[in-house]
Amino acid sequence: MKKEYVMGNQAIALGAMAAGVNLACGYPGTPSSEIVDTIAKRNKDKAIHVEWSINEKAAMEVAAGASYAGARCLVTMKMMGLNVSSDALMSLAYVGVEGGLVVVSADDPGPISSQTEQDTRLFAKYCRIPVFDPASVEEAYEMIQDAFEYSEKYKTPVLFRPTTRIDHAYGSITYDENAKPKEVPGFVKNSKRFVIFPRLSRMNHEMIEKRNPAIGDDFSDYKFNTVQGKAVNKKAVLAGGAGYAYAKEYIQDREDVVLVRVATPHPLPEKFLIKALEGVEEVLVVEELFPYLEEELLQLIGKKQLKIKVLGKHTGNSPLAGENTAEGVAAEIAKFLGETIEENKANTSEVPTPPMRPPVLCAGCPHRASFYAVKQAMKGRKANFSGDIGCYTLGNAMPLDMVDTCLCMGAGITMAQGLHWTDEETVNFAFVGDSTFFASGMTGIANAIYNEADMILCVLDNSTTAMTGHQPHPGTGMNMMGDVVNKISIEKILLGMGIEKVLTVNPLNLEEAKKAIGECADAKGVKAIIFKSPCVALFKPTEKCVITDKCIGCKKCIREIGCPAISTEDNKVIIDTSMCTGCSLCAQVCPMGAIEKEVR
Amino acid sequence: MSYNILLCGVGGQGTVLASKLLAAAAEKKGETVHSAETIGMAQRGGPVTSHVRIGKDAYSPLIPKKCADLIIAFEPSEAVRNLDYLKDGGAVITNEICLKPVTESLNPTGYDGKEMTEYLKKTIGNLVVLNADELCAELGSSKFFNVAVLGVAKGAGFLPFSEEDLLSTIETSVKANFVEVNKKAFLHGVEVGKNNK
Repeated sequence: MKKEYVMGNQAIALGAMAAGVNLACGYPGTPSSEIVDTIAKRNKDKAIHVEWSINEKAAMEVAAGASYAGARCLVTMKMMGLNVSSDALMSLAYVGVEGGLVVVSADDPGPISSQTEQDTRLFAKYCRIPVFDPASVEEAYEMIQDAFEYSEKYKTPVLFRPTTRIDHAYGSITYDENAKPKEVPGFVKNSKRFVIFPRLSRMNHEMIEKRNPAIGDDFSDYKFNTVQGKAVNKKAVLAGGAGYAYAKEYIQDREDVVLVRVATPHPLPEKFLIKALEGVEEVLVVEELFPYLEEELLQLIGKKQLKIKVLGKHTGNSPLAGENTAEGVAAEIAKFLGETIEENKANTSEVPTPPMRPPVLCAGCPHRASFYAVKQAMKGRKANFSGDIGCYTLGNAMPLDMVDTCLCMGAGITMAQGLHWTDEETVNFAFVGDSTFFASGMTGIANAIYNEADMILCVLDNSTTAMTGHQPHPGTGMNMMGDVVNKISIEKILLGMGIEKVLTVNPLNLEEAKKAIGECADAKGVKAIIFKSPCVALFKPTEKCVITDKCIGCKKCIREIGCPAISTEDNKVIIDTSMCTGCSLCAQVCPMGAIEKEVR
Repeated sequence: MSYNILLCGVGGQGTVLASKLLAAAAEKKGETVHSAETIGMAQRGGPVTSHVRIGKDAYSPLIPKKCADLIIAFEPSEAVRNLDYLKDGGAVITNEICLKPVTESLNPTGYDGKEMTEYLKKTIGNLVVLNADELCAELGSSKFFNVAVLGVAKGAGFLPFSEEDLLSTIETSVKANFVEVNKKAFLHGVEVGKNNK
């Protein structure tokens, strides 16, 4: 056994390995990405099949197939990826599994790096499958193993829902470093079981609805569904997930108030809750995202005709949106218990306002050059710029201001078509990254070709999945088993689909890029430009840009491209050479030719 | 009672290694330790924090406001941004060299960090102001500020570990060819910290 200080996502990975996982797959997405990365790094003898699947739906289906053969499978994604995979998961919930199948769907209250504040617990209820809700790194390690056990016990896929504060927190766990994958019994054909037909669905639906209360009873004895304290004032705090951590921070080991923790939000452990709330007349629910436990409790109280008042998001006792904070939860609980906590003393002196620091594209990022080239080439013309999910969403920031829409993975391509059909005079651009292209871009392109939309597809190909931590994808020539594989060529895909004009340019060559864009702007149909240049975080720069005495201080470089390496000091333009990668976009923008490239 | 250290700075300044060293040193002493980092979009030049919590009764992944015993700031405005976390009488160590956001070049507000440092001097009794370039002058690169500043914290008496705890942690946590320079950075920091007591 080995003790190690690890990130929550590493704990989840090590827990899955301790459970003998045979196959781990998923699609990167903050805050979930480090789980698959960790398993790949620690995959001794390549005994576990590890992959970044092309998207979450593919991952779910790969896992379903392996599970039918009896393999233990882990599928990871962020919660919006769960939407992508839901077609597979909803049906899989009806069919069931053979080997344990655990789907980690990481929620992101805040949201800190996501588009929505959706709640995986609610998704579990919608799918009618169990969900586990860890409240700490240490728990996550144990609970993911339990999730596999329950999955096999009830032959159902199981959801596991950490949140950002669990995924990206660190704690100590003791794990078996020699854990081995389970023996896989192999696929036993049984079309009555594995081929979903209306009759099977009708039958299994009934089975599931009868089974779930039994799982709820099973969960009533689950070790992480806990209760502490006595209902001295007939009051209880009910919490789950990170909300429990915050509540526990305030209540600690006090015995004069009941603190109930629900670790299995679905199926609800009703017996446990009824017993835990004996003698309680008022409950404050502490949870993030959806008022899930609050509504479940209200339903339970109605069903059992209990006389308990429930306070939470619906009663204005806790915030409806955003993540919980320790001090926010402390204030909610203190108010509920009629206790006073020390107020923040009013500051006597005026606090200076720290500067805003919006995230920006890195110095030397090729996306900046791509956006700038399109902006320049389309100067004076009506054009829409549909963006997508990835680092390049940051192209929206001033001074680039080159992202007019961003909705979800792959949507830029299809939204550009929708915009086109409302105004055929405006040129419509769609920007998509290489990983997003493979994940969900190709169908949208086929749609455009088939339906004869005019649009320019800009593939920002930096040879990696940069935003989530540089994961490989089908275009990179590497996979998570450490194998070198054939790169799938984006250019050949586009040509194969029938796009006649597919240009590949180096975005760091501004004139070449502008020329390509100009060529495409007036052509009918779907045109594609692949802006190919690697992510600057992947290599050590060998060059840098310096400002010579030809600089007249016009600051055009600053105004036009917004590179974080360029700033002013005493009204002089300076380049921070520690950040500069020598991309030389600024040199191409400078009207005086005052910026030169040097070897580092 | 838990001991809480908040490290703050701007993405890319090396707060994560510093927080990992603190956590590992605490572990070595047999303490229960938790930490939490900013990861994701904010790393691209945004403000970042690491919350290090030492003690069995620390359940919240983040330090509650007014509960940090020590704030280590890699940039003066980041110290000010996170001051709500400092407990009454808590200590602050800050770098006085500012890092201007890109927006500052586009729409200058005159931000140079001085106002921030002045404010800290006015309001924080237990304050150490450092100049990362001066502190790291003999180390060859300001990159080593993240480890040198831990030395300062130790020398000034703000860390609940021994020098040996931290030195042996550096040996086991840092890449082999950087161990010596990081140990040197740490010990240099300790001397500076002692003079700042």
